[in-house]
Amino acid sequence: MNKKNNTRDSILRNDGFQTIIASLLCILLGLLVGYIVLLIINPSGAAGAISSILKNFLYYPSAAAATKYLGTTLVKASALLMCSLSVLFAYKVGLFNIGAAGQYVVGAGACLYCAIALHLPWIVCLLAAVLASAIVGGISGALKAYFNVNEVISCIMLNWIGLYAVNMLLTTVKEETTPYTKPLSSANSSAILPTLGLDKLFSNNKFVGLGLIISIVMAVLVWIILEKTKFGFELKATGMNKLAAKYCGMREKTNIILTMMISGALAGLGAACFYLTGVEQWMVQQTSVPSMGFNGIASAFLGGLNPIGAIFSSYFIQHITSGGSYVDKTMYCAQISDLISAFIIYLCGFVLFFKLWLNRYLDKREEKQGMKAQKGGEA
Amino acid sequence: MADYAIEMLNITKRFPGIIANDNITLQLKKGEIHALLGENGAGKSTLMSVLFGLYQPEEGEIHKDGRKVEINNPNDADALGIGMVHQHFKLVECFSVLDNIILGVETTKGGILQKDEARKKVLALSEKYGFQVDPNALIEDITVGMQQRTEILKMLYRDNEILIFDEPTAVLTPQEIQELMTIMKNLAAEGKSILFITHKLAEIMQVADRCSVLRKGKYIGTVDIKDTTPEKLSAMMVGRDVNFVVEKKPVKPGKVILDVQNMTVASKRHKNNAVNGVSLNVREGEIVCIAGIDGNGQTEFVYGLTGLEPLKEGKITLHGEDFTQMPIRKRSIKGMSHIPEDRHKHGLVLDYSLENNIVLQRYFEPQFTNKFGFLKKKEIRDYANRLIEQYDVRSGQGPITKARSMSGGNQQKAIIAREIDKNPELLVAVQPTRGLDVGAIEYIHKQLVAQRDAGKGVLLVSLELDEVMNVSDRILVMYEGEIVGEFDPKEVTVEELGLYMAGSKRKGA
Ligand SMILES: Nc1ncnc2c1ncn2[C@@H]1O[C@H](COP(=O)(O)OP(=O)(O)OP(=O)(O)O)[C@@H](O)[C@H]1O
Ligand SMILES: [Mg+2]
Repeated sequence: MNKKNNTRDSILRNDGFQTIIASLLCILLGLLVGYIVLLIINPSGAAGAISSILKNFLYYPSAAAATKYLGTTLVKASALLMCSLSVLFAYKVGLFNIGAAGQYVVGAGACLYCAIALHLPWIVCLLAAVLASAIVGGISGALKAYFNVNEVISCIMLNWIGLYAVNMLLTTVKEETTPYTKPLSSANSSAILPTLGLDKLFSNNKFVGLGLIISIVMAVLVWIILEKTKFGFELKATGMNKLAAKYCGMREKTNIILTMMISGALAGLGAACFYLTGVEQWMVQQTSVPSMGFNGIASAFLGGLNPIGAIFSSYFIQHITSGGSYVDKTMYCAQISDLISAFIIYLCGFVLFFKLWLNRYLDKREEKQGMKAQKGGEA
Repeated sequence: MADYAIEMLNITKRFPGIIANDNITLQLKKGEIHALLGENGAGKSTLMSVLFGLYQPEEGEIHKDGRKVEINNPNDADALGIGMVHQHFKLVECFSVLDNIILGVETTKGGILQKDEARKKVLALSEKYGFQVDPNALIEDITVGMQQRTEILKMLYRDNEILIFDEPTAVLTPQEIQELMTIMKNLAAEGKSILFITHKLAEIMQVADRCSVLRKGKYIGTVDIKDTTPEKLSAMMVGRDVNFVVEKKPVKPGKVILDVQNMTVASKRHKNNAVNGVSLNVREGEIVCIAGIDGNGQTEFVYGLTGLEPLKEGKITLHGEDFTQMPIRKRSIKGMSHIPEDRHKHGLVLDYSLENNIVLQRYFEPQFTNKFGFLKKKEIRDYANRLIEQYDVRSGQGPITKARSMSGGNQQKAIIAREIDKNPELLVAVQPTRGLDVGAIEYIHKQLVAQRDAGKGVLLVSLELDEVMNVSDRILVMYEGEIVGEFDPKEVTVEELGLYMAGSKRKGA
């Protein structure tokens, strides 16, 4: 019996398992708080609202419609996943890339401009996005490496610089009568990412395609780089102790810049995978940085800072974010969906806290069992 | 019974994979200095952390003045008058000395800090014990010795009467050690009870009243100092006799390996140069030692030599190859190894596992990384296991133990294993035995001598005159950034060296 207990405890002690438990707890807590807020604002609609957030595409009664909107949620989730990987990658190297949002914007700007103004094929647009975002990330990295400018500060500033620069750039390719960029389907259909037949699986949702695959591949790739390669070994060492990295001959400055470039590239790739499907057009009068990059932070933490975990957490966060748009707008104001998903998202940050708490609890219990065993032995 | 200030009864504390304290009983008399001796990883720091409320023991109880007490956190310890100076200091670098001292026990009026009173008290204490610390200085600007005094003042400021010193002398210069010994004696004379961890038997013989010995987490015994000798103590601690004299064959130096010409390194603390036109060489088959009082440019010299800091002037050659501008990685590959002075700052990635730290200088070699850039985890594990065994690096979970959770001495052993096993042409060893137990010191000294006998060069930087006299074949004394004398250890006395180190004598260079 004791042995059984031991195996159970060692599962409970397992780091991956703890992360999953903690993440699930956070989600539950977030939903609960969201529900309470809904109750306070308007008690009669709360249950309905929370269930539509959770249901998201299942809101549609027909299976065909539901799978179609599942597809759209997946397209958005893959962009979110890339942002989350961007945050996670930098975080593992000891950098807080709050600039994923701005890098994402720059990536969007670069690929849309290449597509609409320059009529380039999708692969070039994609690479342009990656390159532009890598440069923006690299700027923060260089500032950090050479002038010790905190990356959070430089990233936040670059977020705004990026947003307005992109707005200006894309104004040249906007539709005449609306503030939106010209749709890819009419402006340059060769810039649209191939669907690879995936659209068939989602009731002909033509936005689903290569982007989905790229994002999953990237998650696995990031995991491999961080866990299995020499390169990841170096980057992590640099993040944990810059001086030790220097001491053992790693080029710590280069590593910091490289990390931010890769991190930026991931966010830019995310933007390309999203905007090059044509699912959305860029609104050139935006005055706030799209939340994708910021949600990436939450999703990275909810996924326990593990690239594979990020796949699931990104989907979940996108699921409730999309679900939010189905909340009954006659009972709640339009921003309510954002508010509720924000609650859930921000409670997700507590994953680490929960893990700590779980370990404390296990320690206490072990102590008690130890005492009991001892007493039993003495008797 | 009642004359015990503290009794720790049957304490057991486990960590994953190891019983750090196994049913240990320790009784501290009022007004005594009680030394705690044991090999690296024997569980000394753990036991003291239990007393200070940082760890909760699984079993056992603590009595103060004969009454059972619960110590759940350092605040409880403080309330009971227990204070601790940790092996690795716990000070806020960018705060002033005064702020660090009052941190946690600030007096406020209407939410506003009242520092005047505190300043007076600190100055009075500092005067009383002859500490000479400036309460306004920032921690990052003062020497390690001064930082330690800040830690001691912290305890005195809180009127602690039970004082725990965890390896306080490992980081001090011989002069500072003597001053600390005096301070401890004064404190004990005033009725404070002191627990004192050190690996240096001479210090125990000098100040302690009694000494308790731990070995591999178990309690071995307690002896009165007046009835014992250093040899007996070390035998008790290691379980065998330790040879204090380093055995070596006569030196047969060969070709010059390292040649340093006119090295000058700027100082970060003052406008003058930290290292001023130093020239020296190390030949095959010899151990050259740079002796000197801490802060006379040894640190900066090593930084310059190993590439951590740029040179203002000068030239470094190793085996005839110009090293002056060479990147650190290349120096390492070309045969320069470096055991750094500060193991936490440079030597280790504390959040990496022991095995990762062991390959920190060679993870990129073909034996650990394949041609696609993937790490060969199995080879790394095997290599780490070999070094762990060979150098007796003790830890809870072997190669996967986080470096942070290892005892200070075992962290040091891991670094030494890594650097020596690279089989370098030149080994630069800065304070390599800092924080090691006598058994480990004996082993490391043997390794240094083995390197030398294999025809390699060793450049040893040490503050400890015993080590300098015992191990080296040639001694260079450094004073204010310059080499002020060169000696043969067989022909010079410690007193003579002391004069050069203090700057009161110098040879025409
Ligand atoms: N926080 C921790 N987590 C896991 N293991 C630990 C932790 N602290 C200490 N240990 C283990 O407990 C053992 C005793 O460590 P401790 O630091 O008490 O040794 P020590 O006697 O102070 O040695 P040293 O002279 O090297 O400082 C070591 O093997 C160490 O690896
Ligand atoms: Mg210790």
